[in-house]
Amino acid sequence: MAAPAVPAAAEPAAALVRSPSFWRSVFARLRRDPVALAAAAVILALLVLALFGPWLVPVDPYASSVLRRLKPIGTPGHPLGTDELGRDMLARLVHGARWSLFMGVTPVVLAFFLGAAIGITAGYAGGLLGTAIMRTIDVFYAFPSVLLAIALSGALGAGIENALLSLTLVFVPPIARVAESVATQLRNRDFVEAARASGAGALTIVRVHVLGNALGPIFVYATSLVSVSMILASGLSFLGLGVRPPEPEWGLMLNTLRTAIYVQPWVAALPGAMIFATSISFNLLADALRSAMDVKG
Amino acid sequence: MLRYTFNRVLYALPIMLGVSLVCFLLVHIAPGDPLVSVLPPDATEALRRQMAELYGFDRSLPEQFLRWLARAATGDLGTSIATARPVAAEVARAVGNTVTLAAFATLIGFTLGAIFGFVAGYFRDSPLDRLASALAVLGVSVPHYWLGMVLVIIFSAQLGWLPATGAGPGGSTEWVWDWEHFRHLILPAVTMSVIPMGIVARTLRALVAEILSQEFVMGLRARGLSEFAVFRHVVKNAAPTALAVMGLQLGYLLGGSILIETVFSWPGTGFLLNAAIFQRDLPLLQGTILVLALFFVVLNLLVDVVQTALDPRIRRA
Repeated sequence: MAAPAVPAAAEPAAALVRSPSFWRSVFARLRRDPVALAAAAVILALLVLALFGPWLVPVDPYASSVLRRLKPIGTPGHPLGTDELGRDMLARLVHGARWSLFMGVTPVVLAFFLGAAIGITAGYAGGLLGTAIMRTIDVFYAFPSVLLAIALSGALGAGIENALLSLTLVFVPPIARVAESVATQLRNRDFVEAARASGAGALTIVRVHVLGNALGPIFVYATSLVSVSMILASGLSFLGLGVRPPEPEWGLMLNTLRTAIYVQPWVAALPGAMIFATSISFNLLADALRSAMDVKG
Repeated sequence: MLRYTFNRVLYALPIMLGVSLVCFLLVHIAPGDPLVSVLPPDATEALRRQMAELYGFDRSLPEQFLRWLARAATGDLGTSIATARPVAAEVARAVGNTVTLAAFATLIGFTLGAIFGFVAGYFRDSPLDRLASALAVLGVSVPHYWLGMVLVIIFSAQLGWLPATGAGPGGSTEWVWDWEHFRHLILPAVTMSVIPMGIVARTLRALVAEILSQEFVMGLRARGLSEFAVFRHVVKNAAPTALAVMGLQLGYLLGGSILIETVFSWPGTGFLLNAAIFQRDLPLLQGTILVLALFFVVLNLLVDVVQTALDPRIRRA
């Protein structure tokens, strides 16, 4: 929900036009930042769970049992207890990493490409076309992000594709705005002018000079949206608008376990803790990346 | 200033029109027949056509939009398909509860966020700063619907101090200023407040540190002003931005309350949206979203105008 923080129009400007050694020094700085390293480690661990979880925890996350319903954490054979249908929580949380990360990260990736394309087109073209594009973007930007996501997926109906589509549409406007401001600044830089003077076509200039220099700052901004996207994607499933039962997705699991908070409160809270850990790691990593790039000189 | 206000309003009008168009189209991107939830499965074609005419679905899209817009401008948002009551009345009843909740949450979040932000900005890179900044990151990273569940687990299920759901005793849906209703407000408002808390704290930390590094602060200190007097100058410089962030956050909370209202069964607009979605009550969905989105646009406008009035340096138009 967090306002896709004020699109810092001024911020990408500082990061414009850097040499390859710039990126090397950014990563060198990141390696010395303990918080960034810890966040990266958590994200890496989650990725491993998402990719290899079914082999690491070879327990069926769908096998239910009426006799083993809502067992507490620490039950022999079920280290993290069981859910309201007697399914193993550890298996469901691990298998859920795949769904939850997929639902949270995909919209930002799609919106990154779409938003960058729209914003760079508007910024580089400028004029009437640029204005028309950006005013349309402004209309979508005028909706609070949670409201737009729920409005779209509510109208389209429950389902994975609809949830992904809605979330992508939510993140396109802020990314397009940042991309537009970066591209507008680049358009008037001397080296773009020089390329134009030496006869480079518009496509070549955009491909070589604008894309090459604009994608970095836009990417950094997009990384800061992953945390919001994770919370929103699981939120849609929590409302019953995203992933559908019996799939193990953390938001959906949280919803179905709500009825159990008087019986096994801490088992019921587990899926949310996973969402929290993911979202805070992405947030910290994005923050560290931004401050690693911010160093002047 | 008048001229700025006028320009700003002029800029907001096409946005509001665009927002209305998006809300109108919501019903038309929805798959299936919007009448499906009112018609009996064995309805005749004649009855179907009669109902479509009643709801205006038989006309062309642009015509439907203009008629809908003209009616919406007079406060008529159509009829709820599920309850057959006017949408405007349903939304009006729910909006009050959502505003109460969001206003309390903003108040709590802004107060805490301002304290954390000032402390962190003043004592930059000290342990206090790290603590305040950590709280701010927690605030923006926590899935608030989960935080709500955890608070219910602790304060309702385990300790039994506060009620878990509803806006008042006995399923009351009207907000009343009494102790029982206030007890129902505490958990959802605190849950909701973590978002503005984190954002206000982050914004103010950067802002305060930036103001403190400016030369005029050094000038004030050099002239021998007390630290408290310097602090007053910092507050004055930070206030316009802080108030703007607070206003925008109130808008985000109004529009984003659906998850928290669902967790706490709070009888506001989020609860209404939830019902509208699952009963496929598209006019109700459309009307609620239109009201919330226009609210947000107007709030943005007010924030810009007030901020510019307080701080003429940022006059842009």
